[in-house]
Amino acid sequence: MSETAKLTYGGAINAALARCLEQMPETLLFGEDVALPGGVFGVTRGLRKAFGERVFDTPISETAMLGAAVGAAMTGRRPIVEIMWADFMLVAFDQIVNQAANVRYVSEGRLAAPLTIRTQQGNAPGACAQHSQNLEALLLHVPGIRVAMPVDAQDAYDLTLSAVTCDDPVVVIENRTLYAGAKSEVRIGGPVEPIGGHRLRRAGDDVTIVTWGAITGSVEAAVDLVAEDGISADVIEAVWLNPFDTEAVLASVRRTGRLLVVHEANLTGGFGAEVVARVCESGVPLSAPPRRVGALDTRIPAAVQLAQAVLPQTGDIVDALRAVTGK
Amino acid sequence: MRVSGEQLADLLAMWRIRVLEETILSLRLDGRIVGSVHLENGQEAIPVGACRMLRPQDALYSTYRGHGWALARGVPATGIMAELLYRRTGVNGGRGGSAHFSAPEYGFYGENSIVGAGAPIAVGAALAAKFDGSGRVAVTVFGDGAMNQGGVTEAMNMAAAMDLPVVFICENNKYSELTPINDMVRNPDLSARAHALGIPAVRVDGNDPAQVATAVGLAVTTAEHGRGPTFIEATTRRIVGHYIGDAQSYRPAGELAEDEKHEPIVRLKKQLTLQGVTAETLDGVEQRARTEIAAATERALAAPLSDPSTAREHLYV
Ligand SMILES: Cc1ncc(C[n+]2csc(CCOP(=O)(O)OP(=O)(O)O)c2C)c(N)n1
Ligand SMILES: [Mg+2]
Repeated sequence: MSETAKLTYGGAINAALARCLEQMPETLLFGEDVALPGGVFGVTRGLRKAFGERVFDTPISETAMLGAAVGAAMTGRRPIVEIMWADFMLVAFDQIVNQAANVRYVSEGRLAAPLTIRTQQGNAPGACAQHSQNLEALLLHVPGIRVAMPVDAQDAYDLTLSAVTCDDPVVVIENRTLYAGAKSEVRIGGPVEPIGGHRLRRAGDDVTIVTWGAITGSVEAAVDLVAEDGISADVIEAVWLNPFDTEAVLASVRRTGRLLVVHEANLTGGFGAEVVARVCESGVPLSAPPRRVGALDTRIPAAVQLAQAVLPQTGDIVDALRAVTGK
Repeated sequence: MRVSGEQLADLLAMWRIRVLEETILSLRLDGRIVGSVHLENGQEAIPVGACRMLRPQDALYSTYRGHGWALARGVPATGIMAELLYRRTGVNGGRGGSAHFSAPEYGFYGENSIVGAGAPIAVGAALAAKFDGSGRVAVTVFGDGAMNQGGVTEAMNMAAAMDLPVVFICENNKYSELTPINDMVRNPDLSARAHALGIPAVRVDGNDPAQVATAVGLAVTTAEHGRGPTFIEATTRRIVGHYIGDAQSYRPAGELAEDEKHEPIVRLKKQLTLQGVTAETLDGVEQRARTEIAAATERALAAPLSDPSTAREHLYV
């Protein structure tokens, strides 16, 4: 039964996790500081109290945490693991890439690894280079791992639910700058949506913008700015990056003839390159060369004014929109 | 009882860290520093005791809780402050920030914001020493929680197997972020793990700089004579949150007040008072630290912000 509740982004994730723990007795929820303290961002607050031992704190042992998730998933549990920062997932990348991703395929489907990794990524002012990276492309290069990136509270709820319900490994990449934002009405308790799909955040005719993650907010701001110059854009937010909704992008570009991809991650080897390649390979006629906006190919400095020079800003998106539309 | 010059020097060194951290806190609260900042309040005796035993050629690797380690290692307060304030005069021009800066010219090879990651790197600095004739001893500091990071055990074993000159210092402040270490291990004696790897290990009172210094001095001598690594577990308590804004609701009632009674500055002052040092002398030490840090902060604030047009520099040679 669907109802609505006023929730923050973090609150929506909490509600989804509570529902998973409630309705799927095989779920486990664990990570550093998630149980008794309720998470360093407060996202898992109250869940230990409500669900007892299935919600527990772990040592600072990402390899053991993710390996244990793989093993528990192989043997009938449905683990949900919090990796506090995506940067820390690198400590245990073996368990994701060599282990989780291989379970179903190599066993010819005899085994599965229905686990969810919740993490969060990206820069926030002052964050150091080891707490600022956007690492989705590393995961997207790995067949066998599903990847979702919610930006609003409704998606935070829905995608978390779909991820946990999915019978394959899913990484849900959240963003810490969003957790405690404004509350919005979130439909809770409705049917679990299948994984995949996109959100159309703006509709327009001149250009197709494909984006994902927290920078979607800057894209929307940029589109609203150039609207005054008579530029209108389709903004396709790829809430699921694997599976990626290529068809939706092609359908839009077929109409607009122009493509701009925006992500916070640095450009080289970013998933934006893959989106551009798919569009070009499809043969959809383009009336301007496709463009990408992303971070410079460098490390992320802690200094706010330096980080601003490295990370894509609304102005960069506006410039790219003008360039690609010629307006 | 005779007062040793070392005791007063330790008191000054601890005050310098305390005041540096207090100043950083106020700059963070008024928004001139942003983002995550981890303070060392209550743990000052460990960097002070340890760094007094290090030589110029030694390489120190700390964690994100590293401002005090850098200061104790000899990095000027202005360079640290300016780094946290994103100034051109910061030790890394603001690229490292509070949690990830280095100043190798002072033997401070850097903070690390990945828990446990400094340990294997220190093993590498010790490995280099085996070949470069520098006589370098590598020192790595990490927390109790970091003991559960696989890389730390790997590093300890490799150093042991190769008899490398490494000093592993574990600052056991009883918590990893918001979680008590005793819930995360079965054996609360962390030094037992080093023993199991064949590494001589001691547990010292990390709120006493003299005890820390003795242990580190012995470890450095052991290492420089080719007898391999030592593990030092220094027990301590932080008397501030893990990060700024940490409400510390995970602490049992009364714990913080108790910890404040035993924090190293309070403790050394009490000891010195018993030894006959006047309140005037003690206040003078504190005042010296306050004057120095205030001047350093003023200089840092007066320096220009680092220039955004340099953001691309230094990625490659
Ligand atoms: C690989 C990794 N996992 C998790 C974190 C998040 N984190 C930062 S500090 C910390 C606690 C570390 O505790 P401890 O080692 O005891 O050091 P302390 O902070 O108490 O000095 C955690 C979990 C991290 N930075 N890196
Ligand atoms: Mg600790």
